[in-house]
Amino acid sequence: MGKRVGIVGVGQTHHAAHRLDASGVELIAEAVTRALDDADMSLEQVDAIVIGNMDHFENINYVDMWATDGLGSCMKPVFKVTTGGTTGTTVGAAAYYHAASGLFDVVMAVGWEKNSESDTQAAIATCANPVLERDPFAGAIGPLATEYSMYMKAYGATEEDAAIVAARDRNNALNNIYAHNRMKVTVEDVLNSPMLSYPVKFLDMCPRSDGACAVIFAVEEKAKKMCDRPAWVHASVVRHDYTHFGDLEWQWMPTLERATLQAYKYAGISNPLRELDVAELYLPCSTCGVKWMDSFWFCDRGESPKKIIRKRVTEMDGELPINPSGGVIATNPIGATALIRVGEAAWQIMGRAEGRQVPKVKKALATGFGGCSWSDVFILGADLP
Amino acid sequence: MERVAVIGVGQTKYGTDKPETFHELVWEVANKALDDAGITVNEIDNVVSVSSDFWDGRTISSMAISDTSGAFGKDISTVEGDGTFGALYGMMRILSGSFGTTMVVAHHKGTESSMSGITNTAFDPLVERRLGLDAVTSAALQARRYMTVSGASEQQFARVSVKNHGNALRNPFAALPLEITVEDVMASPMVASPLKKLDCSPVTDGAAAVILAAEREAKKLTTNRKRVWLKGVGHCTDAFRLGDRDLADTRALKKAAKKAYDMAGVTTEDVDVVEVYDAFSYMEPLWLEGLGFCDDGMGPEITERGYFDFGGKLPVNPSGGRLSANPVQVAGLAGMIECVLQLRGEAGRRQVKGAEVALAHGINGMCGQSHCVWIMGK
Amino acid sequence: MADWKSEVEEVVFPGKICVPYSWTVGSTLSKWYVQLRDDGEIWANRCPSCGKVYVPPKIKCLDCYKDMNDWVKLPGTGTVETFTVVHYHEPGLHPKKPPFVYGVVKMDGADTGLVHLIDVDPDKVKVGMRVKAKIAKERTGHITDIKHFKPLS
Repeated sequence: MGKRVGIVGVGQTHHAAHRLDASGVELIAEAVTRALDDADMSLEQVDAIVIGNMDHFENINYVDMWATDGLGSCMKPVFKVTTGGTTGTTVGAAAYYHAASGLFDVVMAVGWEKNSESDTQAAIATCANPVLERDPFAGAIGPLATEYSMYMKAYGATEEDAAIVAARDRNNALNNIYAHNRMKVTVEDVLNSPMLSYPVKFLDMCPRSDGACAVIFAVEEKAKKMCDRPAWVHASVVRHDYTHFGDLEWQWMPTLERATLQAYKYAGISNPLRELDVAELYLPCSTCGVKWMDSFWFCDRGESPKKIIRKRVTEMDGELPINPSGGVIATNPIGATALIRVGEAAWQIMGRAEGRQVPKVKKALATGFGGCSWSDVFILGADLP
Repeated sequence: MERVAVIGVGQTKYGTDKPETFHELVWEVANKALDDAGITVNEIDNVVSVSSDFWDGRTISSMAISDTSGAFGKDISTVEGDGTFGALYGMMRILSGSFGTTMVVAHHKGTESSMSGITNTAFDPLVERRLGLDAVTSAALQARRYMTVSGASEQQFARVSVKNHGNALRNPFAALPLEITVEDVMASPMVASPLKKLDCSPVTDGAAAVILAAEREAKKLTTNRKRVWLKGVGHCTDAFRLGDRDLADTRALKKAAKKAYDMAGVTTEDVDVVEVYDAFSYMEPLWLEGLGFCDDGMGPEITERGYFDFGGKLPVNPSGGRLSANPVQVAGLAGMIECVLQLRGEAGRRQVKGAEVALAHGINGMCGQSHCVWIMGK
Repeated sequence: MADWKSEVEEVVFPGKICVPYSWTVGSTLSKWYVQLRDDGEIWANRCPSCGKVYVPPKIKCLDCYKDMNDWVKLPGTGTVETFTVVHYHEPGLHPKKPPFVYGVVKMDGADTGLVHLIDVDPDKVKVGMRVKAKIAKERTGHITDIKHFKPLS
C-alpha cells in the first residue's frame, strides 16, 4: 500500500488585484522560494513538481513548460493538472499521490493565477457548453445566486445570514498579511453593498486576484526529518458529478456531501463540527458559507442559518473557526485559491499561522470548489494517519 | 511496490474529419475499454482525463467529459498534456493505495481549431510569441539543429515518413496510411525548411482510453492474456526557451528513460517494440538516440539501414506513429495502446512476433521539452 | 455511432474565444525591455553562482535557481545556430509574408541563443553565419524592438 505523506513547507505570495511588479513566472518563483524557505530546504531536494492554473485566464498553453524558470523545474519531472476552480486542490492531490505512490519522496505543488491579465468572467463563461449553455447561462455569479435563492426559499435563510459570513471572512483577513482584500466590514456594510445578482451583493462575492502558492509534500521518512510538526494528509477526496448546469441539484451539494463523508471516514471523524479544529473552505461567495454547512455535515439540511450561522460557531473564537485566513472572498488567485486553503490548513497544524493561528489545531479541513459544483476535500492532522 | 496492469484499452479510428463531438469520442473509447476489460463502469473507482482547454475551445474542458467518461460521482482529475502523463498520474493514484482501478481517457479534436494559433500560445507572450512561432516552425529549427550536429540529411528524415506511413497500411486505426517513397516526401511542399508536408503529422481527431488496475484488482477482474504490466516509467523536463537548450541534445529524455529502464530492470537490449513520439519525421531518430537505441547522431543512418523497419531488428512505430495520426493529447496514449496490443499478440497484420517488452514515449511542449517514457511487459 | 450522419445533417457552430489579455512583464524583463526601448541596447544577466549568461535575461538561473542581479551589455552580434525558411502563411500570426527566416542566434557574450527573424536571402542563410541585431527606429518595448538580425558584412 501507499506511503504516508506530510506537508513540510508552504509558501504564498502577497496577493493583490494587480501585481504589476511581478510577471506570472515571477509570482511562481516568489511562492516557490517562500515554500522552500518555510521548509528550510533547497530546490535540489525536490524530486518532482506539479503545477496548475486555468488556461484562458492568462492564455498560456503548456503552463508546466512555460513556468520552468520560476518553478525551478529544469531537468526535473513536472506535469500540469487543471480542473477549474478546484485546480489548487487538484494540484495538491496530485502532489500527494506522487509521494504516496512511492515514486517520489519530496514533491512540490504549485498553483497560480494572474487574474488581472484577462476578463475573468469572459474566460469563465467559456466553460459552459458552447452548443447549449454558453449564451444563456454562464459565468460564476449567476449560478451561485441561483442556488442561494433556492436555499432561501426552501429553508428560510436570509441575505443577512450570508452577510454574517461575509463579515466573518473579511474581518479575519485583517489578520492575514498575505490577503488581497483586508478591510473591516460590518454585516450592514455587506447588506448595503451594490447588488450583483440577487441575492448576491458586492461584498458577498470573491474578488479576482494575482497570486501563487506552493506546498511541499514529503513521504513519512523524509517529512519527519525535515519538519518537527508536519501536517499529515489523512484524506484527499474528490467528487464530481454532472456536466450540465441544468442537471445539477441546486438545494444542496451532493458532491460535497459525498466527498466530505468519504474524507471523514478515512480520517475517522464522526462528528466533524466537534472533531475538526479549523477549516479553510473554498467559499467563493458568502452564500455558500451558509448553504454548504449542511453538506459539510455540520448540521442537518436546512439548519445552517439557525444552528451554525446565527449562533456564530464558526467565528475565530467559536467551536469551529472557518477561514481564519479570510478565505476566498478575501483572496482569489483562482488556480492557487484551493491550494492556499490546503497551505493555510497545514500552517494551522504546523503552528505557523501567525496572527490568524487557532490554538491547538490537531485536525484541519481544507476544500476546493469549481466546475459544475465539483468538490475536493483534504483533511490534515497533527498525528500520523 | 505493488504492480499495476493495463487491463483494457479502447481507441477510435483516428481521422481528419470525425463528425462526433469530443465527449462522444470519449463515450466511444470508454465503452470500448470497458468491453475490452470485460468489466462495467461500476468497477472503475476513479478517472483521469487528459484534455486541453486550448484545443477544446472551452475553459475547464474536462467538465464536458465527466459524464461520458463514467466519472459521475467519482474521484476524477485532469492532466493537461500528453496522454502518457495522464497514464502516469493514473498509476500513481493506484500505487498510493487510494484506488484500485483507474480509467485514463484522452481526447482531441484538432480539426475544430487552428494548430498554428494554438501552439503559438505555448510561446511566452512576453518574448517569442509575437514573432509568430508555432509547433511547426520551432520543430523546423530543431530539425536543422539536429542535421547540423548529426550530419543527417533530409532524405534520411524522409525515410522515417516512408516507413511510418507504410506501417499505417497495416493499422486499421491510423488516419493516414500511405504508400510513398523518399522522393514523394522530398517533392511534397516545403512547409518550413527542412520540413516538408510529408515530414509533418496530420491534424487529427480521436480519443483513447486505458483501464489501469492494481495487481490485486487486475487478477480479480480480467484474464492473464489481457493483462499487460506497467514496469517502468520516467519523466523529465528541459529548459523552456528554445535558445536556452541545445535543441539536438536529448538530456531530459535520457534522464526520463534511465529512470524508466532502472525501474523496470531492463536495458534497451530487452525492448522488442517501440512507439516513439514522431510528430515530425526527424523526431523519431532523435528520440531513439535519447532512448539509448543508438549512439547520438546515429539515428538517421541506422533508420536508413532498415533497423527500425517493421521487419527490422527493432520495429519502431508499427502503428504508423504520430506521422499517421497525431491527436495531440491522445498521441502518446495511442502509442501505449499499440504496445498493449503488441504485447497481447492482438496487433493483427502489424504484430511484432514474440514481443515481450515494449516502450512507449510521449512529449509535452515545443520540441520535446518534456518527455514521459514507459516500459511495459507481459 | 457510425451511421447517424445518414439520418441527420451534421451541424457545426462556428465560435471564437475572444478574451483580451494584458500580460505583466515583471521586474527582470521590464528592465530588459526598457533598456532596449530607450537605449537600443541588448543586455543579458549572469548567474552569481555559476556565471552563466542568459539572454533574454532570467529571473532565476536554470541550473542554480539563484537570483540574477548581475547585468552585462551585449554587442548585439552572434552566430546562427539553426534556422528555418518558412513557406506557409498564417495571417495574424506571422510577422512577414513567406518566404521568411527564423533563427536561433547564439549571442556573443552570452551562453544562450535568441530566437528571432533573420533578414537574409532565404537561399543564402547558413548555420554558422555571423549576424548582428538591427534595432528598430520606432521602439515600443517589445521583442520586435529588435527588428531582426542581419548578416554581418
